Order: sequence, then structure tokens, then C-alpha cells
Amino acid sequence: MALGILRELADSAADTLRALGRYTLFAGRLAAETPRALLRFRLVVEQVHNAGALSLVIIMLSGLFVGMVLGLQGFDLLERFGSEESLGTAAALGLLKELGPVVTALLFAGRAGTALASELGLMRATDQISAIEMMAVDPVRRVVMPRFLGGVIAMPLLAAIFSMIGLYGAQLVGVQLMGVDQGQFWSQMRGAVEFGDVMEGVLKSAVFGVACSLVAVYEGYHSVPTAEGVGRATTRTVVISSVSVLLLDYMLTAVML
Amino acid sequence: MGAEGSRGSGAIVRVRGLHYRAGGREIFSGVDLDFPRGAVTAVMGPSGSGKTTLLRLITGQAHPDRGLVEFDGLEVAQLSRAALYRTRRRMGMLFQNGALLTDLDVYENIAFPLREHARLPERLVRHLVLTKLQAVGLRGAARLMPSELSGGMARRVALARAIVMDPELLVYDEPFVGLDPISMGVVLRLIRRLNDTLGVSSIVVSHDVREITAVADHCHLLSAGRIIASGPPAEVAGSESEDVRQFMHGLPDGPVPFHYPAPGYDDQARRVT
Repeated sequence: MALGILRELADSAADTLRALGRYTLFAGRLAAETPRALLRFRLVVEQVHNAGALSLVIIMLSGLFVGMVLGLQGFDLLERFGSEESLGTAAALGLLKELGPVVTALLFAGRAGTALASELGLMRATDQISAIEMMAVDPVRRVVMPRFLGGVIAMPLLAAIFSMIGLYGAQLVGVQLMGVDQGQFWSQMRGAVEFGDVMEGVLKSAVFGVACSLVAVYEGYHSVPTAEGVGRATTRTVVISSVSVLLLDYMLTAVML
Repeated sequence: MGAEGSRGSGAIVRVRGLHYRAGGREIFSGVDLDFPRGAVTAVMGPSGSGKTTLLRLITGQAHPDRGLVEFDGLEVAQLSRAALYRTRRRMGMLFQNGALLTDLDVYENIAFPLREHARLPERLVRHLVLTKLQAVGLRGAARLMPSELSGGMARRVALARAIVMDPELLVYDEPFVGLDPISMGVVLRLIRRLNDTLGVSSIVVSHDVREITAVADHCHLLSAGRIIASGPPAEVAGSESEDVRQFMHGLPDGPVPFHYPAPGYDDQARRVT
């Protein structure tokens, strides 16, 4: 009994390691192809539009509501210490360093990541990938790379927009609704938020962009070419991306604090 | 393979001693085949007899466990990735469902290989694409998206795309599946006409016996991992072999039994209750 459990654990660990190895090899291939893919920038721009522009509405709406909740909760907390003027600083630091990159990445995995994975999976299921190979064109170079880079570029831009709209939401609630002084809100924020704080958020969102895009294109490209296989690839994309984002967030925060 | 290979010889594709297993099942066990240059060769056989697998082996999408698959004297499985891609530029393949790129319109689908492989002026690309579309009778559909095409039209667009790089070998995987009689007739005539006017060689995988034997110069009949008949269609159709007769005449029972292997009826009925 105990031996059986141990064996299952060992098999599971070996499977995880093998999967990590495959991910690493695929990531290496994408890294090697990046300079050449950037030369065909028009293809990348199309994918920035698909992954970025088409995610704007959900990102902006979520940013607004997250900012408004932050404004309410922040005001409630800071009021207890009599420092509600610091609401701008608290909201800005929370959004720039943490909520902006993390929530955007989770939303990105759900919207753009699943779209990428299912598109590539369907391309495989309907022989489009094989057709591209038969036309002597490398599908990783022509199909996967622009989508990967599109996601990598779109993610920090979306996170910046999320934080900006979130800050507006916090201001809307804090200043317009709860009566925090507008001058104090913005001046304290400008005084306390440093360039390093902004860069921390940019770095996080860039790393999350690479992780989410890599997971989406890997799962989609390697999906089993059936309806069930594409569905499973889409689900795996959301699950693996979300867990990776939260894990990477902890690691990056621990390193940068 | 030098002079003994298929380069310059009568066969554009040569298969010798082919063994291939997939999913624990023996698909080919020592198959020898020749595909004559300049001819339309039909590969027929029941479902699951390895017809599509044979195309995948010829085009380098799969590798044999043992044996040799040559295209114009080149052993496909031994080619490096770059050499395989160079070789594929000399082949055109029509997939069962057309496999058109769904995010591009008809025009861009056909222009795709040209844009990827040659830096041609847009005027020349336009000329080539429209010529190929004219050849398959769909010049007027140039700006339609794949989702707006019928099955037959999609197959013809895919055919235009397959010939846009002027290949030496055209490979068709079940080109008639799901087509109405008119579309089937159109595709059938295109296979013959393109083969003759472009001077290519064609391999057509199909189990539509009557249709394909009407246009093919040569037939190979596959069953249970081996070749059971080869030759001109009339010769194969007149074969006395029971296996060949069952397939060519669509007989429900014969060497391929109507009933899936099962225990005795009474035994099984008793076990269920």
C-alpha cells in the first residue's frame, strides 16, 4: 500500500519534471526564434491587436471596479489611523506593484490565453498546422512566434492601463464619494511612489506576459487534435497560467522587496 | 540510391520493404510500391488500411520503422529538416478537409506559400494567384473567407494552393469525402486535367472505387498491411482474388467479415443476463 503510494508519487514527480523539460525546450526554441520573428513585425502587431486590443474592455472594466473596491477598503482602513489622505499612495502602490500585474495576468490568461490555445489547437485538429508544414513553412516560426510575442508585448501595456483606470476608480470613490481631499490624494501619491515601484510592476507584468503566453501557445500547439483535446488544452492553459502567475508573483516580490 | 533509386527513373515515389506500426498495430508489413512518374495513381483500400499513413510516410510527416520510402531518389526519412522542407516545396498536398487557413481569405491562402518562399512583386503574386484560381474555376471567390465556402469549393481552393508553387508531385488525401456528385465530378476532372496540363505526378488516396478508377492510370489496393493488387484499374477490377473482389464490388461479407469477432450468440446473451 505505502509502496504503491510512493511509486505513484515518484511517477507523478517524474511526469512533472518531464513536462518542465518540454516547456524549457519549447521556451528555448521560442527565444532562439525571437530576433527573426521581430523582423516580420506586421505579424506580431496583428497579434498584439488580438491579444491586447480585444482584451481592453474586460481589463478596463475590471480595473475600474478593483480600483473602486481598493478606494473603499483603503479609506476604511486608513480612517482608523486618521491618515485617509494617504489613500492615493496606498491605492497607487497596491495597483502598480501587485494588483495591476497579477489581476491583469489572470484576466489575460482567461481571455487571450484561452483564445490563443484554442486557436492553435483547432488549427492542429483541422490539419492547418500540417498543411503549413507541407507547404515547407515552419509553423512555430510562422504561427506560434507572432502569437507568443503578441502576448508578451500586450501584457505590460494592459497592466499599465489596468493600473491607470484602477487609480481613477480609487480616486472616484475616495475623493468624490468619501470626501478625501483631492490635492492630498494626488500629492501624497506623487511624493511616495518612486520610479522603482513603477518598474517593479512593469517587470512583473513582463514576466507574467512571458509565462501566460508561453503556456497558451505550448498547450495549444501540443494539444491532442480532437474536440476533447482542444477543450483540455484550453482548461490547462487557465489552470497552469493562473498557478504560475501566483507562484512567480511570490518569488518576484520576495526578490524585489 | 543513385541510379537504382527513383531519381530519373519511371517511378517518382518508390517504397521498398516498408514496415510501420502505430498504436500497437502493424499498419505495413513489408510493402513494396512504385508510383509512376507523370501518372495518376490511386491508392485504395478499406478504412484503417493505412492509406493516409502511406501519404504521411511519403511526405515525411511520419518515418518508417523499417524499409525505404524515396521521393525522386531521395530517402525521405533520412533528410535533414532543411532538406525535407526543400523537398516539400516540390510536393503539393490536398488534405481531406482542405485545411485552409481560417484567418486568411481565399486569395491570401493561395498567396501564402508564395509570400513565405519567394519575394515576388505584388503584381506577380496577384497574377499567379488569379491564374491558379482560374484553373480551379474560382477566380470570382478570391475575397471569400474559408467559412463562406462549400466543401467542394474549399477543396478546389486547397487544390489551387497546392499547385501554386508548381510542384512535381500532387498528393490527395480522400479528396471526395463529403462532396455532392457535382463537386465530386469537378474535383475528379481537376485531378486528371491538372496532372496532364501541369505535367505532374499524382497520388490519390480514396475508397470511392468507381470514381477514382475512372481517372487513374494505375491502382494499388491495400488491405491488412499489404498490397493485394496493383496495376491498371481495369486489370485490378477484373481480379479473381476474393479480397480484391470484395473491395472493388463493395460486397458486405467476404475476407473482411460482416460480423466483428464475438463469442457465440447464446454464450454472450446468457452472460449479460
